[in-house]
Amino acid sequence: MAEAKVAPRPLSPHLQIYRWSWTMAMSVFHRATGIALYVGIALFAIWLVALASGPSAFDAVQWFFGSPIGYLILFGYTWVLMHHMLGGVRHLVWDFGYGMEAAQRINMARFTLIGSIALTLVIWVVAFIAF
Amino acid sequence: MADNRADTRISMRTPLARVKGLGASGHGVEHWWIHRVTAVANIPLIIAFVIIVAALAGSSYEDAIAIISHPLVAIILILAVISVANHMRLGLQIVIEDYVHDKGTKIAAVIANNFYAVIIAVACLYAILKVSLGRILV
Repeated sequence: MAEAKVAPRPLSPHLQIYRWSWTMAMSVFHRATGIALYVGIALFAIWLVALASGPSAFDAVQWFFGSPIGYLILFGYTWVLMHHMLGGVRHLVWDFGYGMEAAQRINMARFTLIGSIALTLVIWVVAFIAF
Repeated sequence: MADNRADTRISMRTPLARVKGLGASGHGVEHWWIHRVTAVANIPLIIAFVIIVAALAGSSYEDAIAIISHPLVAIILILAVISVANHMRLGLQIVIEDYVHDKGTKIAAVIANNFYAVIIAVACLYAILKVSLGRILV
């Protein structure tokens, strides 16, 4: 071992090296939306506890959710929820061994985004008409 | 290659360990499996949840009490809270295990994750039960 030449070891590149693809973007989105839902569910817990606490606490929380910021949060939460749900269905399809081909993967990833936006709009339009 | 997994002269793994199928972590596939089961349960529960929340938007205190205390609504919400709390606990544990590399921080984060999930679940369940129990819609 006179001159141990160390070959450059292969390193796993960081995220920013890769060209963004639909499947990668939707994979990252699935995780991000999961984390957002994890944090956001606290709002539902606060709303429920306020309801259980009495009229004054409830009115304060209900006022917040009825404000422009509240509506923005609820709208965003709806989209994040629908995105994570469709992304989850995609994962369940994969768990059964389907949808692994390149074209299917990309189509399913596109459908996750388009479907989640469409579902969110439908929910809000229906909610405004029905309630 | 011959299957020698049950032969203790060749493999260190005992037949019992192989039957239990728990692997090195001692947990088997519980985490993965319950994550899938709750994912499937979440689909109908979340659809119902969205409809319930839409009905609650802008409602008065009395209306909100009436909706939440309806047995069907309360039961669906309780099921949703149990399924979602478990699903989010398992999901965030995966995220923690992927990105937090320091062992001490990782254990602390996983414990905090469990606490958060339990607090959310208990807060929601207590509130639903307090609002609904003993209340009969007239």
